[in-house]
Amino acid sequence: MQITINGEATEIPDDLYMSALIDRLGLTGRRIAVEVNQELVPRSRLDAHPLHDGDRVEIIHAVGGG
Amino acid sequence: MPQDQAIPAGAATDGFTVAGRSFRSRLLVGTGKYKDMDETARAIDASGAEIVTVAVRRSNIGQSAEEPNILDVLPPERYTILPNTAGCYDVDSAVRTCHLARELLDGHNLVKLEVLGDQKTLFPDMLQTIEAARVLIKDGFDVMVYTNDDPIIAKQLEDLGCCAVMPLAAPIGSGLGIRNPLNILTIVENASVPILVDAGVGTASDAAVAMELGCDGVLMNTAIAAAKDPVLMASAMRKGIEAGREAYLAGRMLAKRFASASSPIEGTFF
Repeated sequence: MQITINGEATEIPDDLYMSALIDRLGLTGRRIAVEVNQELVPRSRLDAHPLHDGDRVEIIHAVGGG
Repeated sequence: MPQDQAIPAGAATDGFTVAGRSFRSRLLVGTGKYKDMDETARAIDASGAEIVTVAVRRSNIGQSAEEPNILDVLPPERYTILPNTAGCYDVDSAVRTCHLARELLDGHNLVKLEVLGDQKTLFPDMLQTIEAARVLIKDGFDVMVYTNDDPIIAKQLEDLGCCAVMPLAAPIGSGLGIRNPLNILTIVENASVPILVDAGVGTASDAAVAMELGCDGVLMNTAIAAAKDPVLMASAMRKGIEAGREAYLAGRMLAKRFASASSPIEGTFF
């Protein structure tokens, strides 16, 4: 199925949970936060959040800014 | 005179409190526009700041996982991280940004709200800022709010429940200094929450002026990061803030049009 990750269309296997996607992206343990379809997915629920075709995922982190 | 009475309490011992959190430093700094992470860390160390702002942006997917993150060089255990909503032009993006930031920082709920109205001036859109503040306060955030230098709006933001009100001194990144000191003074006089000048400071004397007006602190980024020597400017800003605060506490002399001799007239022999 296809989802959008940070604005980029990406093919992923079916039945993937958000925590597994983070792992595939090499971001496990990094200080990030996640939204799916503009809704926050708390860290405690990442492994209980299934992804669906067409989901828009945002993975954010802190950067320098004023 | 006993030693402990010889030195009056000055800026070094005079902290400020925002949303129940107390700080010794009245200088708040941004972390953008530095050459690299090392310069960021050294400048912020030299500034003495305890509150540092960060922005929230997309992670680099597929790039080096070893790339240092700003929170590695500015650990939340040492600094109070103040995530901002920079780049947000509407209520929804500002609210989403704050929710992501709170998750990112393990529930830390202090945020700097700015909702911008125009890319050329980066002046705030106050109608949307007020609406976003309402939503965020309802959602449990402590909101430090960026505003224009309008005393009426500043009071309304306080009444709404913002924990600090942060009027601009001049446009963000302009370095033009305190363009409207009398409005800043009126905002300070009316306020019962901390007032911090946010944006527009260009050099240490600007920071001192803001503090002499009675502001509780100053938030700046470009004035340090865009100096030829950012680390030295960070140190200068620290001293400017402390000098301005002490001058405010000391109470300046009244300005007079004509001279007043400092040496006595009595006892002259010529």
